[in-house]
Amino acid sequence: MATTDVAPHQATGGVQPKRVVNNMSLQVATVNGSGSQSSNTVLLRSIFQMGVPVSGKNLFPSNIAGLPTWYTIRANKDGYIARKKEIDFLVAMNPETAQEDVMSLDPGAAVLYDEPLNLSKLRNDLIFYSVPYDKLVAPVCPEAKLRKLVRNMIYVGVVARLLEIDMAEVEKAIRRQFAKKVKAANLNMAAVQAGFDYAAASLTKQDPYLIQRMDKTRGKIIIDGNSAAALGCMFAGVTVVTWYPITPSSSLVETLIDYLKEHRIGPDGKATFAVVQAEDELAAIGMVVGAGWAGARSMTATAGPGISLMSEFAGLAYYAEVPGVIWDIQRVGPSTGLPTRTSQGDILSTAFLSHGDTKHILLIPNSVAECFSMAQDAFNLAEQFQTLVFVMADLDLGMNNWMSDPFEYPTEPIKRGKVLSKEDLERMGGFARYKDVDGDGVGYRTLPGTDHPAAAYFTRGTGHNEKSQYSERPDDFEHNMERINRKFETARSFVPRPELMSNGKTKVGIIAYGTSHWAILESRDQLRKEYNIEADYLRIRAYPFTREVHEFIEQHDRVYVVEQNRDAQMQSLLKLDVRPELVMRLRSIAHIHGLPLDARSVTDELISMEGK
Amino acid sequence: MATTPTSTPPPKTNRIGLTVLDYRGGKTTLCAGCGHNAISERIIDAMYEMGVPPERVIKPSGIGCSSKSPAYFMSRSHSFNAVHGRMPSVATGAVLANRRLIALGVSGDGDTASIGIGQFVHLMRRNLPIIYIIEDNGVYGLTKGQFSATADLGSKLKTGVINDLPPIDTCALAISLGATFVGRSFSGDKKQLHSMLKAAIAHHGTVMLDVVSPCVTFNDHEGSTKSYKYMKDHEEPLQDITFVPAFEEINVEYDPGATLEVTMHDGSHLRLRKLEEDYDPTDKINAIKRLGEAHDKNEVLTGVFYVNTQAPNFIEMLNITDEPLATLPDSVVRPGREVLEKAMEELR
Ligand SMILES: Cc1ncc(C[n+]2csc(CCOP(=O)(O)OP(=O)(O)O)c2C)c(N)n1
Ligand code: SF4
Ligand SMILES: [Mg+2]
Repeated sequence: MATTDVAPHQATGGVQPKRVVNNMSLQVATVNGSGSQSSNTVLLRSIFQMGVPVSGKNLFPSNIAGLPTWYTIRANKDGYIARKKEIDFLVAMNPETAQEDVMSLDPGAAVLYDEPLNLSKLRNDLIFYSVPYDKLVAPVCPEAKLRKLVRNMIYVGVVARLLEIDMAEVEKAIRRQFAKKVKAANLNMAAVQAGFDYAAASLTKQDPYLIQRMDKTRGKIIIDGNSAAALGCMFAGVTVVTWYPITPSSSLVETLIDYLKEHRIGPDGKATFAVVQAEDELAAIGMVVGAGWAGARSMTATAGPGISLMSEFAGLAYYAEVPGVIWDIQRVGPSTGLPTRTSQGDILSTAFLSHGDTKHILLIPNSVAECFSMAQDAFNLAEQFQTLVFVMADLDLGMNNWMSDPFEYPTEPIKRGKVLSKEDLERMGGFARYKDVDGDGVGYRTLPGTDHPAAAYFTRGTGHNEKSQYSERPDDFEHNMERINRKFETARSFVPRPELMSNGKTKVGIIAYGTSHWAILESRDQLRKEYNIEADYLRIRAYPFTREVHEFIEQHDRVYVVEQNRDAQMQSLLKLDVRPELVMRLRSIAHIHGLPLDARSVTDELISMEGK
Repeated sequence: MATTPTSTPPPKTNRIGLTVLDYRGGKTTLCAGCGHNAISERIIDAMYEMGVPPERVIKPSGIGCSSKSPAYFMSRSHSFNAVHGRMPSVATGAVLANRRLIALGVSGDGDTASIGIGQFVHLMRRNLPIIYIIEDNGVYGLTKGQFSATADLGSKLKTGVINDLPPIDTCALAISLGATFVGRSFSGDKKQLHSMLKAAIAHHGTVMLDVVSPCVTFNDHEGSTKSYKYMKDHEEPLQDITFVPAFEEINVEYDPGATLEVTMHDGSHLRLRKLEEDYDPTDKINAIKRLGEAHDKNEVLTGVFYVNTQAPNFIEMLNITDEPLATLPDSVVRPGREVLEKAMEELR
């Protein structure tokens, strides 16, 4: 391809290449703190409003201002919303990374850059559009100190013009973004218009990418996973929320606080909830445990470092049999570096969190809709099984915007589990807290404050008999351990069942979970179209594994377990659970680089492992 | 006398019709003579005399000999023997879940002043309604006698090891951070501890009582500053304390010049007959100053150091509804369908 630098007034008017409609990924490279988030949201929503399936992923640093940030918008007519590995259209706003960003593009990609960066000289196999941002922003934004923010709206206009995004939709998105701030909306719209006009007058379309109206987003909503989870928790009837701020979980609680303040103040003007910003995660989980013990629907939200700190309490709650819900919005490993990048790295450590023999129920949402619905499941299961339930989301799900069907109002009543009231005790005379009356491993409990002389029991960790009296007898201990294990076995039939996509004819299976789902959907199509391989697919939604997981492995000779960590954590859990003869069938496709999983990586690795 | 048939008098009951036996717990497994046992006895008496329904009381604790003691009083109250140093968070959660509960937390000096110091200071800041008792013996009893962070400078272990770090004064810390009823007592000072516990029950905020409680097995020897003998020689009470509950209308004469009367939240009266001329337990700064002086003079100051009945407690600050959160019905905690529909509409 010839050099296609299109500088102002130099439009070459070259031949239009083939058109690629509603199938592209656009990346905006900026510096964090520069206010590009609004511009990107406006672009995302404009495409969404045109009925085109779209996803947006923010790859941001652990920093407040000054480090590189990338925002990727993928529009796809077939509904693929996983991260796409290749960037088709780069908006290069960050001088620091511009060179590297440009060098990493595949040939044929388009680059929109700030004129002084002079990027077009770097390569001759790309399409370049240059924009004099400073010249364009000055007339629309007389106030110099606002220019840095408004500047980003210019590229929205340029992109809209080049991709033929309907300006009426852009305006609608702007009005929505700045809601009641009419002045800000007008200012930003003027900047968009300036970009649009500039592109119309001075740039000639050279790239093939277009956005055209479809009807695939009608009725859908856009929301991030943390907000969806917050809504879910509110409708699940949460009453005590504790937290210690940590990315990427903070916005879950912050959004929840907003929702609770709006919808959970009683007619007396008083709150039907309590939220405490604790001094650390040890205190956050301690409060959850105390509140759960006293009968509240209690929760906290955190990420890996917080999970580590909660370890001792997790064991206590397991043995003392106290309900509580913990959201783990997973991110990359300890300390500084990549804490703002996504991962599925807490699966193994959370499944067995604490000391002694412990196993916890994990729920694993793949979508915003499941963040909402699993909030209900989590609280119900926690109280039903008198134990902690961990909801294992991740940064990609929690902090990015996702399209979804609207959430369904919960139809089932809230399940409070086996709790004895004063009246029950009057009838029964007394009770044994840790006795397996029903054969499901779950005992009956009373809440502190129950007005009956036989209501109280002594709660402690390991050493107690059925009547919750102190005991160090080997048989008491063993019985108790077995009963708690029975609870876990019972839970297998109550946790969310996996999602299964199978035609029953192939010997190749894929197991994945959480946000990897979106790459798997696309990868299966790639395998079919490009390699003629059918792969059945099972998406795990919970631990302990249900019957279907074992059956799926029985039915396939080669089962690829795809996950976003290094050590094949889910595969390890599966190995512990399946018949020994089946272990050999499990093969790992584990990827961790801090970016959301893409389909191509899965397809390539699976093909090479299949020996094709 | 035993041979004379008499009708047995009905057992003595308190104002809610319970006998003192209804406040008893399991048989203690602590060492005979352990100060912690005496504190349990005082708690039983105070709760009984105040007519507190045992079913409304919770007894969270940490880990240690002291933290085991809730098993030995008030079996009709729920207990939670939690993890080491983390009783404050468990208690906070429970009280938020059910604001009607009366929380009596038991901790040790190790449990509070070392591993638990973080949760301790933050609990004090919040003024959560709770009675927080440190059963303070200057050592880790349960792990066999190592120094704790309340051990005084120069005090000696049985093994001859001398403590060369300064102690943490939990009372000074509690006062400076926002606890609203702070005092120190001695497990062997029956009358003082009894009155202070009753006043504690009447207070609606964080009560922090540091009760020196000798460990007869590991820290009751010559050279210890937390032994019975040392306390006998060095206890310096600030006041002579009497407590008049709201439900007892006894009008004992007192001299307002020599006695300070504090009206508690429930209308009870705490009477502090001054043993020190100008000590004012509502003066925060002076209280901390006086505690510092006591250290310098090697005296173990006891009494009510600070009381504030005006500060809002944590439940009030959070504006929590009157009914316990734990048992609010579905209709209250799950907003209606229209709320979700509106939220969805706004996200379209
Ligand atoms: C996390 C943790 N670390 C250490 C211990 C061991 N341990 C048990 S009790 C205790 C000290 C208790 O001292 P204190 O609170 O003063 O109680 P006392 O026995 O003196 O009444 C320690 C260190 C523990 N249970 N948990
Ligand atoms: S070891 Fe000390 S603290 Fe523990 S029970 Fe014995 S006397 Fe009490
Ligand atoms: Mg001690």
